[in-house]
Amino acid sequence: MSLLQLVDLEVRYGAIPALRGVNLSVETGEIVTLLGANGAGKTTTLRTISGLQHPASGRVLFEGRAIGDVAPHDVLALGVGHVPEGRRIFPQMSVLENLEMGAYRRRGNLREDVEHVFSLFPVLGQRRRQEGGTLSGGEQQMLAIGRALMSHPRLLLLDEPSMGLAPLVVKAIFEIIARIRSQGTTILLVEQNATQALQLADRGYVLENGEIVMSGAATDLLGDPRIRAAYLGETAAH
Amino acid sequence: MCFTQNFWSLLISGLADGFLYALIALGYTLVYGVLQLINFAHSEVFMSGGFAGYFVLQATLGSHTTSGWGSVGYVALGIAAGAAGGGVVAFLLERVAYRPLRRRKAPRLAFLISAIGASYFLYNIAGKEFGHNALEIPAPFTNLPWFSIFGAPVQAYYVVIAIAAISMLLLVDRVVSSTKLGKGIRAVAQDAETASLMGVNINRIISQTFVLGGLLGGAAGFLFGLNAGVVYTMGFTPALKAFTAAVLGGIGNVRGAMLGGLVLGIAENLPMGCVQTAWRDVIAYGILAIVLLFRPTGILGERLGRAA
Repeated sequence: MSLLQLVDLEVRYGAIPALRGVNLSVETGEIVTLLGANGAGKTTTLRTISGLQHPASGRVLFEGRAIGDVAPHDVLALGVGHVPEGRRIFPQMSVLENLEMGAYRRRGNLREDVEHVFSLFPVLGQRRRQEGGTLSGGEQQMLAIGRALMSHPRLLLLDEPSMGLAPLVVKAIFEIIARIRSQGTTILLVEQNATQALQLADRGYVLENGEIVMSGAATDLLGDPRIRAAYLGETAAH
Repeated sequence: MCFTQNFWSLLISGLADGFLYALIALGYTLVYGVLQLINFAHSEVFMSGGFAGYFVLQATLGSHTTSGWGSVGYVALGIAAGAAGGGVVAFLLERVAYRPLRRRKAPRLAFLISAIGASYFLYNIAGKEFGHNALEIPAPFTNLPWFSIFGAPVQAYYVVIAIAAISMLLLVDRVVSSTKLGKGIRAVAQDAETASLMGVNINRIISQTFVLGGLLGGAAGFLFGLNAGVVYTMGFTPALKAFTAAVLGGIGNVRGAMLGGLVLGIAENLPMGCVQTAWRDVIAYGILAIVLLFRPTGILGERLGRAA
């Protein structure tokens, strides 16, 4: 059984279709990346998985259980963490409070988890009392990822973690994503930065106008001339 | 100098009014924080607290008089009953008047109409059931001065308000800044959608926020009624003033509501040595207009979901 499976998923905003018959699966332990241009439906896919959006038809299965109509706070409790587009740090809460929010549904001592996040992102440890809104973009992204880890998700949804960040920071964040996977968290990564995402991922899907137009092993996609033309900025070789 | 005349006694009555405004203003500001909605039926939450306190004391004490620690217990019971009454009404208000609109994603105006409707409904019901004359809550203490500060006599009533209000204000500050409920309230105020991704049940937090505001508003209703009696129209003026105070301090800002309440209470009382009492409301709303002219976000600023 796949950890996550989307079956013939249709999502609409009013009358406008955002996803049209999407089929996608993520196996335990994988990094799967979802590529596509702006407006292709990548963010909608993640939002539907975590319950912020509900399908018009089709199914979202998490560990075999249909979660299409489940509210976001209950999807989280099932083991899905979501790092939203634009990071969405609580701007007027400290770094520490933001992390505590990530563990909102858990009881007991959070110290070990907080220390774990600080070991992944030492800069957050130095800024623990600082308000989230005052952090740099890269630090906010680290905080958003750390916050999502606080709930011990089995599946982590990452929505464009590289957006607006300097290349060195992107590199550091991608290294951390690899490390998070090696510690046992399955990852579904939405990216526009196709090369880096495919280098990191096991498999990939390409979304265009709400439909999956291509999928396969990351190495194959990386070598595919159509992908190289559309997302890697190369002209197709003939 | 008219300002120095009775300065201390005007300051004391200003503080007493200010504490009540602060307690009521918190209800407006907390709800505004999580919903960006002015709950214009909060005046009736306040009124319900007054009536709840009155009836519970009637039922338990009847015509017995109290003294010493008995009086303290009497006041505490009244506050608890008022708070409970306010909390229950605020809870029902959210369920009946607002939640159905939220579920249907109604426009903002619909919430305003619903609030006004709920307010009319509640105070007319109260008027019909409990009569149009003020019911007097038997005072557990005398109206004679208890002691004096700089020559200004202080009645026990003022001491009761100060102690009760300060404890509640400290408590709510603590709740908002460091409990799980408080963190949930602040998270929803700052970014409701992201809060839900953290596992926060937004509907539950909204409900609890109404109850928290209702407890404070209801307790304030009883404290107010202790002096002025309880009547179905009692909520209108104090609640409108408290709303003013919340805006004055910075709507959505918890400490702003407290500060705004105290500033308003003092500012509208101090000039009473110089002008007739008819000027009181003119002064209160004049201050609001002037502050907003120069600082549109209030004294401490609109800081959604922040303790300070």
